[in-house]
Amino acid sequence: MDYINAFWVGGLICALVQILLEKTKLLPGRTMVILVCAGALLGAVGLYEPFQEYAGAGASVPLLGFGNLLWKGVKEAVDKEGFLGIFMGGFQASAVGISAALVLSYLASLVFEPKMKS
Amino acid sequence: MDKMTGKQSILLDRGVYIISSASVVGSKEEEGPLRGKFDLVCEDPMMGQESWELAESTMQKKAAQLALEKAGLLPAQIRYIFAGDLLGQLIATSFGLETLDIPLFGLYGACSTCGEALSLGAMTICGGYGDYVMALTSSHFASAEKQFRFPLGYGNQRPLSATWTVTGSGAFILSKKHGSVRISGITTGKIIDYGIKDSMNMGAAMAPAACQVIVQNFRDFDREPSDYDKIITGDLGYVGQKILIDLVSREGYDIRENHMDCGIEIYDQETQDTHSGGSGCGCSAVTLAAYILPLLARGIWKRVLFLPTGALLSPISFNEGQPVPGIAHGVVLEHVE
Repeated sequence: MDYINAFWVGGLICALVQILLEKTKLLPGRTMVILVCAGALLGAVGLYEPFQEYAGAGASVPLLGFGNLLWKGVKEAVDKEGFLGIFMGGFQASAVGISAALVLSYLASLVFEPKMKS
Repeated sequence: MDKMTGKQSILLDRGVYIISSASVVGSKEEEGPLRGKFDLVCEDPMMGQESWELAESTMQKKAAQLALEKAGLLPAQIRYIFAGDLLGQLIATSFGLETLDIPLFGLYGACSTCGEALSLGAMTICGGYGDYVMALTSSHFASAEKQFRFPLGYGNQRPLSATWTVTGSGAFILSKKHGSVRISGITTGKIIDYGIKDSMNMGAAMAPAACQVIVQNFRDFDREPSDYDKIITGDLGYVGQKILIDLVSREGYDIRENHMDCGIEIYDQETQDTHSGGSGCGCSAVTLAAYILPLLARGIWKRVLFLPTGALLSPISFNEGQPVPGIAHGVVLEHVE
């Protein structure tokens, strides 16, 4: 059941964003910023955690979940370190994800070459 | 007697002839409706080079060499080259033509560069400033995407309104010596800006510039649409074509019957997934060399107005929220008996 929830929730988020991309003139970069901010906001008002418990990876993998991750990281760091936590928390929480993206993309770039579109 | 006529045109009476032309394209262009008409098809989009920019330079050099061969000329006999491309600082042109050792005027007209190069080349010949002059331009899909949108490695999706930059280079040699096609007039465009900010709708941004040149050409030469077999724009695409016809009709001229667009001719929209049509400096240049000039040479068309259009934006101007101004360069081409 976990798998099914992850699948349809994650898919729904992607579908909604796709509609946003097609129906508005929003550039991809700006759409991503909207997602991250929305996720952080939803996390701040306490909505994202229960959502993530229900949908698992369907909620944590999309960029919406990344916004929530940033929020969580900052909150925990502020609780522990005070003011400095604002600057430390986001990076600490997202370090694994960002490093993984960097390292894996680099490895991919060693194997694959950009080809001409046809 | 060559003379200025009207507000933006020159009547070239004494005869400037296009004595040879050459088109070099990539595989996608050869798969389109104009297949078999191009002089050289390069299957490898990198043209054996290490970057897209160098590939585009290679195409330019090959086009230049082919045009020279067809005219039986050596590079040393060419007095000037007028050439340009879409890349920042015209690097495709600089690196492509440096070994030809010919005095060069580098031009930027965006996708109208072919018209601009032919116009200036014609003026140079008529002024008696050269026996042979070359006009050349190019574009490459991958280098243009990297310049204006995103590098291919980014893997972005392209919207349906986007045009496909043609991978191709066209070269033309002009001379006073007789050929089967002559340049009988030019109408030079002005920058026309209707405030279009959508860089994905280039047709709308450039149509006003095309309209201005078409209408001014009619007025300067005292002509009607029917005086031309075809009125050919470079890359307005399907959307831009409709807008152009509408704009021109508001000036009192109906060009529905004889308007043609290189961007529409070069690709098959249905089978090649090229969305709005072809674009780029190479679009008008290779279509002129491969399709339009042969028809003029054979006399199937007697007189056409060839006016490629350019969108004068840069990635910076676009990101800073500026609109997209357009320009068009008109060249009147006639069949010689």
